[in-house]
Amino acid sequence: MVSNLFAIFFGAILINNFVLTRFLGICPFLGVSKKIETAVGMSLAVIFVMTIASLATWGIQTYLLMPFNMLYLRTISFILVIAVLVQFVEMVMLKATPTLYQALGVYLPLITTNCAVLGVTLLNLNENYTLVQSLMHGFAGGVGFGLAIVVFAGIRERLDFAPIPKALEGFPIALIVAGLLSIAFSGFQGLL
Amino acid sequence: MRSLRVFSRGLVDENPVFRLLLGMCPALAVSTAAVNGLGMGLAAAAVLVASNILISLLRSVIPDKIRIPCYIVVIATFVTMVDLLMAAFVPDLHAVLGIFIPLIVVNCIVLQRAEAFASKNTVFMSALDGLGMGLGFTAALMILASVREIIGSGTFFGISVLPLAFEPMKLMVSPPGAFISLGLIIGLINYLKNRREAERGV
Repeated sequence: MVSNLFAIFFGAILINNFVLTRFLGICPFLGVSKKIETAVGMSLAVIFVMTIASLATWGIQTYLLMPFNMLYLRTISFILVIAVLVQFVEMVMLKATPTLYQALGVYLPLITTNCAVLGVTLLNLNENYTLVQSLMHGFAGGVGFGLAIVVFAGIRERLDFAPIPKALEGFPIALIVAGLLSIAFSGFQGLL
Repeated sequence: MRSLRVFSRGLVDENPVFRLLLGMCPALAVSTAAVNGLGMGLAAAAVLVASNILISLLRSVIPDKIRIPCYIVVIATFVTMVDLLMAAFVPDLHAVLGIFIPLIVVNCIVLQRAEAFASKNTVFMSALDGLGMGLGFTAALMILASVREIIGSGTFFGISVLPLAFEPMKLMVSPPGAFISLGLIIGLINYLKNRREAERGV
């Protein structure tokens, strides 16, 4: 049991990293990674939403969709739950940390359309995870997203001072750097 | 004339992947082979057209304050339909694309077109806009997937196109290859665009 959780945890962070291997959450990964500070804020918000979303959708799946044989409604019900959760996190952040709220700006409501969040809930469903496994997967997925985006933001801060061909400035060079980072992460492939 | 411009805009000038940088997740994830890119692109295009039409029809009914949740429900409905249809008729492709079919719900292009275009324009124009954006997305996926499939596996739509002496670059079909090839393609497009603008300027 414990070793299985261990495998899910490190699997989601290092081996099947949500951003660099599964390609989930690319929009915020490219959009909010210009500064380490905002990247950290964003990843904390995503970790929180992903964990809570795993919990909520597990409940809906087990007590609502399965008993009534309505699994085909999973996409609609999951996305609504996530939208509500994000709204809630937004309200809490506005009260608790207004500066962080300002810094994250437009990307906070966009967590709703962050595919990592909906992605993790659908993966939980596909893998038939139990409640504890789902929670661990959601949390680890968020941490994996955070690790990738913070490392990436660190590289991008230095990229500003590097001489880059004009055509590659901005997104193209960011994508290429993400590719190199992804190669680095593929080194973890044989870990488990 | 205007309808033609609405349609063609999504194909080139405002291509979702190459110019607006929307919908990157499926673009990167499923572009390992040309046939996957085509399937994903057409699935997204179908959802785009259907949701644009319905949202345009409902644009005077949907209250402004809760429009985003309303759009999401409409989009999720069509995505579920496409998901089930694909599972029934093209099960192999459906299995390869996996969770990226339901994830069309959170594809930024669909919501962005609903918000920016379908909620303000007539049904006909919205359908055209959806079709143009959808085909632009498909074209972008096809280009990216073709480059990756030809270099990474030496095939195109599953048929060998390169001489046997060519050793396929496995890197191109693995995740890092997706990032690098998309970065280089966008860089190339920027380069061509800069050069054209410079020529016009002189």
